[in-house]
Amino acid sequence: MGTSFGRGGATTFQQDLQNADCIVIQGSNMAECHPVGFQWVMEAKARGATVIHVDPRLTRTGAVADLHVPIRVGSDIALLGGLINYVLSNGLEFREYVAAYTNAATIVSDDFQDTEDLDGLFSGWQDEGAHYATDSWQYEGAEVASSAGQRQRSRHRHETGRGHEHGSHGASISGLQNIRRDETLQDPRCVFQIIKRHYRRYTPEMVAGICGIPEDVFDRLARAVTENSNRERTTAFVYAVGWTQHTVGVQYIRAAAILQLLLGNIGRPGGGIMALRGHASIQGSTDIPTLYNLLPGYLPMPHPKAHGGLDEYVADDSSDTGYWGNMRAYAVSLLKAYWADAATADNDYCFDYLPRITGDHSSYQTVQNQLEGTCKGYFLNGQNPAVGSANGKAQRLGMANLDWLVVRDFALIESATWWKDGPEIESGELRPEEIGTEVFFVPAAAHTEKDGSFTNTQRMLQWHHKAIDPPDDARSDLWFWFHLGRIMREKRAASTAERDRPLLDLTWNYSTAGRLAEPSAEEVLQEINGWKADGSCLSSYDELKDDGSTVCGCWIYCGVYKDGKNQAARRTPHTEQSWVAPDWGWAWPANRRLLYNRASADPEGRPWSDRKAYVWWDAEQGKWTGHDVPDFQPTKAPDFQPEAGAKGPDALSGIDPFIMQADGKGWLYVPAGLSDGPLPTHYEPEESPVSNLLYGQQQNPARQVNRLPVDPYHPSADEPGADVFPYAMTTYRLTEHHTAGGMSRWLPYLSELQPEMFCEVSPELAAEVGLEHLGWATVITARNAIEARVLVTERIPPIRLPDRVVHQVGLPYHWGGNGISVGDAANELAHMALDPNVHIQESKALTCDIRPGRRPRGPERLQLVQEYRRRAGITESTGTAHRTSRGESR
Amino acid sequence: MTSPRMGFFTDTSVCIGCKACEVACKEWNAIPDDGQSLLGMSYDNTGGLGADTWRHVAFIEKPVTADGRTELRWLMSSDVCKHCTHAACLDVCPTGALVRTEFGTVVVQEDICNGCGYCVPACPYGVIDQRKDDGRVWKCTMCYDRQLGGQEPACAMACPTKSIQFGPLDELRERAAERVAEVPDARLYGADPDDGVGGAGAFFLLLDEPEVYGLPPDPVVTTRDLPRMWRHAAIAAAGVAVAVVGSFLGSRR
Repeated sequence: MGTSFGRGGATTFQQDLQNADCIVIQGSNMAECHPVGFQWVMEAKARGATVIHVDPRLTRTGAVADLHVPIRVGSDIALLGGLINYVLSNGLEFREYVAAYTNAATIVSDDFQDTEDLDGLFSGWQDEGAHYATDSWQYEGAEVASSAGQRQRSRHRHETGRGHEHGSHGASISGLQNIRRDETLQDPRCVFQIIKRHYRRYTPEMVAGICGIPEDVFDRLARAVTENSNRERTTAFVYAVGWTQHTVGVQYIRAAAILQLLLGNIGRPGGGIMALRGHASIQGSTDIPTLYNLLPGYLPMPHPKAHGGLDEYVADDSSDTGYWGNMRAYAVSLLKAYWADAATADNDYCFDYLPRITGDHSSYQTVQNQLEGTCKGYFLNGQNPAVGSANGKAQRLGMANLDWLVVRDFALIESATWWKDGPEIESGELRPEEIGTEVFFVPAAAHTEKDGSFTNTQRMLQWHHKAIDPPDDARSDLWFWFHLGRIMREKRAASTAERDRPLLDLTWNYSTAGRLAEPSAEEVLQEINGWKADGSCLSSYDELKDDGSTVCGCWIYCGVYKDGKNQAARRTPHTEQSWVAPDWGWAWPANRRLLYNRASADPEGRPWSDRKAYVWWDAEQGKWTGHDVPDFQPTKAPDFQPEAGAKGPDALSGIDPFIMQADGKGWLYVPAGLSDGPLPTHYEPEESPVSNLLYGQQQNPARQVNRLPVDPYHPSADEPGADVFPYAMTTYRLTEHHTAGGMSRWLPYLSELQPEMFCEVSPELAAEVGLEHLGWATVITARNAIEARVLVTERIPPIRLPDRVVHQVGLPYHWGGNGISVGDAANELAHMALDPNVHIQESKALTCDIRPGRRPRGPERLQLVQEYRRRAGITESTGTAHRTSRGESR
Repeated sequence: MTSPRMGFFTDTSVCIGCKACEVACKEWNAIPDDGQSLLGMSYDNTGGLGADTWRHVAFIEKPVTADGRTELRWLMSSDVCKHCTHAACLDVCPTGALVRTEFGTVVVQEDICNGCGYCVPACPYGVIDQRKDDGRVWKCTMCYDRQLGGQEPACAMACPTKSIQFGPLDELRERAAERVAEVPDARLYGADPDDGVGGAGAFFLLLDEPEVYGLPPDPVVTTRDLPRMWRHAAIAAAGVAVAVVGSFLGSRR
């Protein structure tokens, strides 16, 4: 999303789904995982919209959809590419929108070569280091560096984990004026023609061959989407972690972005791409990040070699044009929030106090570092990796190699007790008396027991007030971190050491109240919003200055305490205001609910149609107006043309709706910012029962794989040993439980609704393997073996490809050994091969074997897994080849 | 009665099977959990209504053929006490524990119920049930306490898709009549005041036959025939009396 549109958040909001004429839910089981927001899908359906669910299983979403399209796991790009090809080969794109608002007309460098030319690789592939050099992907005549990805101007990026700075905001382009465009979209090197060629083999027949979707079903889907995408009608796409958890996950979303841009559905009511987050405030935890590579508001973490000073940092990461041109003001205001009076112009506003990023410190890399012994301590806050992260054994063995572990949760989750009752204790791989890790369990308060905010899936902050005190020793996260910081500062108070200055100079003066000395969450929100020099609250990030006169803890949240009032706590019911409901909570940026909404009007500023009017140009008043806050400079006329050499937002014209992008356009083609290609391409998952029908290149060449003994991979397709793991497998959630179970498996009312771990198999697979309904099954991968009760159901149909049938095994992943409702964890089976852009694991598409009966106990469980590895001939290099070609051993 | 008769209209065509109604009901009414066992009845691990389950979501997987294409249909429906117009449970209760409230609903007064259990076989839907550990009977009250406070029942409040609608029964019946005309395969269940229970206070829009959902197709209030039976018994008794008296009279001859 960040690389395509400029911001790494959902382009729309759930209430807007009611305006859609067609809703495609793919990579999301919205009815089960977001049942409250799903009311707006049902509202759209009641108004006549067509609702389509693309999913391997018939779920509770598919049950109420007009059309359920079963798909083979891991093949979504082939389907989306098929839809793109359907649009382009039938001339169904929204031509006026595409020409004006996207980079379709931009001419790409002569050096660029497509996957069609190189059998699944783009130009620039480097065998050494297994990555792409992206110079050849550039626009002709301009150098593009994406703020949403790796920055080409700095070679050091590669050392810190390629592409780790995703998810954020637009790109910078040096030489914007030199970009060449062909507005007729005919030039063979323009983006439009490149995309046309890239997807021309993604035919309905190819879709049937890869995804197992019959051509007539594809036709129904394609017609529904295209017939509901024009001036009068809009189609929305909804996705969640069913798209992100793949070794080519970012490109799944990119494929949807291309399709929606071609159909003119971005920035318009009832359109857009609704990214549904995995759980409460995940959006918030990237905005004000718990990520290792970002500072608040998607400012990148500085690099030790490239960023000696603030000037270098800003020069490297800001953009000359677009809103990212004001980066220095955002960074200085943040430094002032951190270090207040200590931060002055003379000392670069304490820029030196910021930690520097020294490498890849993502979640799965951290586990590897634990196994290697270089990561010594670990805080788990509301996280249960022993159940919720891929390869539970690797997670636990990593934790067993720590000096200390702090677990903050409601109950004694598996990540707190693995040292005494985990699977490795039973198997004898670990002995409690030999584990050196000191484990601290610190009980946590629930959201009803503390003040604070959630930033929901549509970037909206909603404040919650404490209802009751937390029980016993349970404390809020704010309490824990504030008092930990306070105690650390007290211990170092007398220090004169330079290294203690960042800690001692830190703003840490939040007031506390009550018996528990609870810090004021509202004061934290005020600091996030920020102040002017006179102490009054800022109202917008437009007011931020780079001279140290403004303080702002997160520039995109600036305005949440506008007028000295907690805007996130506003609760005017939707029945008492417009359907956009601007007076409920507060959404970043600037309380806009629908992003890029300039695109809801035509280039002249008029609504594309009365039916889809949202934001438009009021010529009399000389400003943009409509149902939402315009996502545009409010008085910039549609015919505005920038002066030569203009900087920042002033460099964008009156028809450039994607204001975070340096060229103001939606990016069909991404010249920089992605590690695995400028265009989405179908690759098979790391483990797949079938060969890539489109290219000799089987998997995403740039995916991240490791050679840890604890994390072996399966052979794929026709490689020897692949038939040992003949079935496709996927993991998912149920509406009755919450992620890794910490919030549901201890509650009787939720546990009784789904009391036990189970697997879902088709009657055909059950017959083939000999599984009985409600009997037991053992599911095996090269990582581990688990057991589950069997549900035989037609809801998970076999996928019929032209030359074979692929059976799929479905596994909910909520269970572990603790709590009321217990069972083996599905994630024991998953591996740690990752998407190269965001380091997310591929837990949605794997291979496995399944057989009747319970799994062996004790050391025999391990022996069973080893026997499978032997039979499949698995070595540490199996599945780790980055580049493959047809007929060549992978 | 100052209040109009209140009711539930459960529109199963928009039910997404989230079970929020089951959980909200248990939370509000402090009902114990109903056992932790995997039933294998699709995603239904509750099984049915009972003393400890006052809302129950049924899941039915059923292949249907339309336009020559067979597709699997996954039906979901949240069942509840019907709050019958002619409520047999109320008729047979000897203690007066079961009452009709000012909202037209049928409620068990837990401090009066003596656990005789007469109401259990009387219910034509098998709703009312005895709790094993205390012997008393329990069922949906349509959140009588919440209604007294002007609030809608917990299940309706929690339902994210308005599958469970609460309101004056007359209004709900009008709304349902409109809805049933819009939705293919839809039919109403329990909405007819001329049916065997005189119309239910909690009625449903179904997408298939009632039996598919585990509902009796043509429920009849079990006390319907009681007056007639008493009449027959009275006539028979009178006949016997006449015969007996006659025999004495005859013997005098």
